[in-house]
Amino acid sequence: MTKRALLLLPALLLLGGCESMMPKMPEPWVKPYERHYLADPIMSFERDPVAAGFMNHVYEARESARGAEGGSGGGCGCN
Amino acid sequence: MALKVGREAAVAVTKKFRESYCALAKFLLCSVFLASTAQAAVLPEERFDTLYHSYSGGGVTIDGPSILVRKNVGNNVSLSANYYVDMISGASIDVRTTASRYTEERDEFSVGADYLVEKTTMSLSYTNSSENDYQAETVGFGISQDFFGDLSTLSMRATFGSDDVMRNGDDEFLEHAEHRRYSLGWTQILTTKLIAELSVETVADEGFLNNPYRSVRYLDPSSALGFSYQAELYPTTRNSDAVALRAKYRLPYRAAIKTEYRHYVDSWGITADNLEFRYTHPLESENLILEGKLRFYKQKGADFYSDLFPYVDATNFRARDKELSDYSDIAIGIGVTYLVPDRWALFDRKNTLNLYWDYMMFDYENFNNVEVHSGGGDYLPGEEPAYNFNAHVVRAYWSMWF
Repeated sequence: MTKRALLLLPALLLLGGCESMMPKMPEPWVKPYERHYLADPIMSFERDPVAAGFMNHVYEARESARGAEGGSGGGCGCN
Repeated sequence: MALKVGREAAVAVTKKFRESYCALAKFLLCSVFLASTAQAAVLPEERFDTLYHSYSGGGVTIDGPSILVRKNVGNNVSLSANYYVDMISGASIDVRTTASRYTEERDEFSVGADYLVEKTTMSLSYTNSSENDYQAETVGFGISQDFFGDLSTLSMRATFGSDDVMRNGDDEFLEHAEHRRYSLGWTQILTTKLIAELSVETVADEGFLNNPYRSVRYLDPSSALGFSYQAELYPTTRNSDAVALRAKYRLPYRAAIKTEYRHYVDSWGITADNLEFRYTHPLESENLILEGKLRFYKQKGADFYSDLFPYVDATNFRARDKELSDYSDIAIGIGVTYLVPDRWALFDRKNTLNLYWDYMMFDYENFNNVEVHSGGGDYLPGEEPAYNFNAHVVRAYWSMWF
């Protein structure tokens, strides 16, 4: 019985059974036509992957810390 | 009375559960709705990069080329290939003091594929790195998803690496190591001028993790200098976690500042922090983009590191790799990108010429400069001055977009 009630719960929610108590979700606050500054190449974290990858390789070879470099990381496969 | 209180509590719990469940359900429904209605993500840019790189410092020069090509196949697939070479000449302080050169060239070849479906990009990669005494293969899988009106991107990546470690001059020596990396990234557009990224990555290493040539030194009264050397010995596992937060902000005029902070900790007792600031300033009339950088790094070394052990076999594990000591480094960097004018552009494509230079200053706290003994210095073991050195890092490259 409990299992059947749990299975029915999502369906009830989809029908709006709890609409009144739902917190209001934020809308995406930056519209596509407002992204001209962000589309500028100078706003990318790393414009050139080949150069950023090399710097991460230098840091990883000379420093003990590693990882969380963002899109240009991933390890150097070297000793 | 007790029954009534109990019933009210049960109602309150049920209400709270329903509210939480509704909020979660609405978030999921909104995510699905946004994912199905907003514009699709795009593949990486098609481009060709030819890089000359050079690192020179501490008596070592490592330089070579790197070539990266990325090309689309149809509307959904992007293929990439990278060839990278490290040519090593000279000798670092480790090699100079223990006379054991350990490598001369490393060739690395990588291929990758990205597959885009709506707002999801899946990627596969393979890397092969080859030295005369070290072979490494790495495979990776990643997935990223744009959502919330393309203001947010969630990405995950897992890689598995398998290494064979050899030792020149010792045909019997063959060891193995494995590396697993798991990363998670959240990129968020915060305002029309501000974007931020949170990255976390955990790395698990297992196997032979030390350098087969490097030695530690220990006090030895029978030696003329008062110390002798024995081989390093590291644990066979290492687990690390790193978390980084970076943000980029577009200034009121056409320029951008980037800041990045990372915290690192691992099972060898190493903790590290680094902080970077970067300023990017285009000069449109000259087709130039100028960049300046300042970076700080500081670490506490491994638990089993010592510059001078009290006697031979003093500890279960032992290291005297300066990269495992307590130290800090500061890097300053400047660079320029020149956007080649259309009348000179090769193949009528967008071309850039780039030159970037970084100057790194390493300052070790508990890695002493043993070379002072060969220079006639009169120092007791362990009382030598701390080592420091500076390095130049150069990146010169040409990029062309298809």
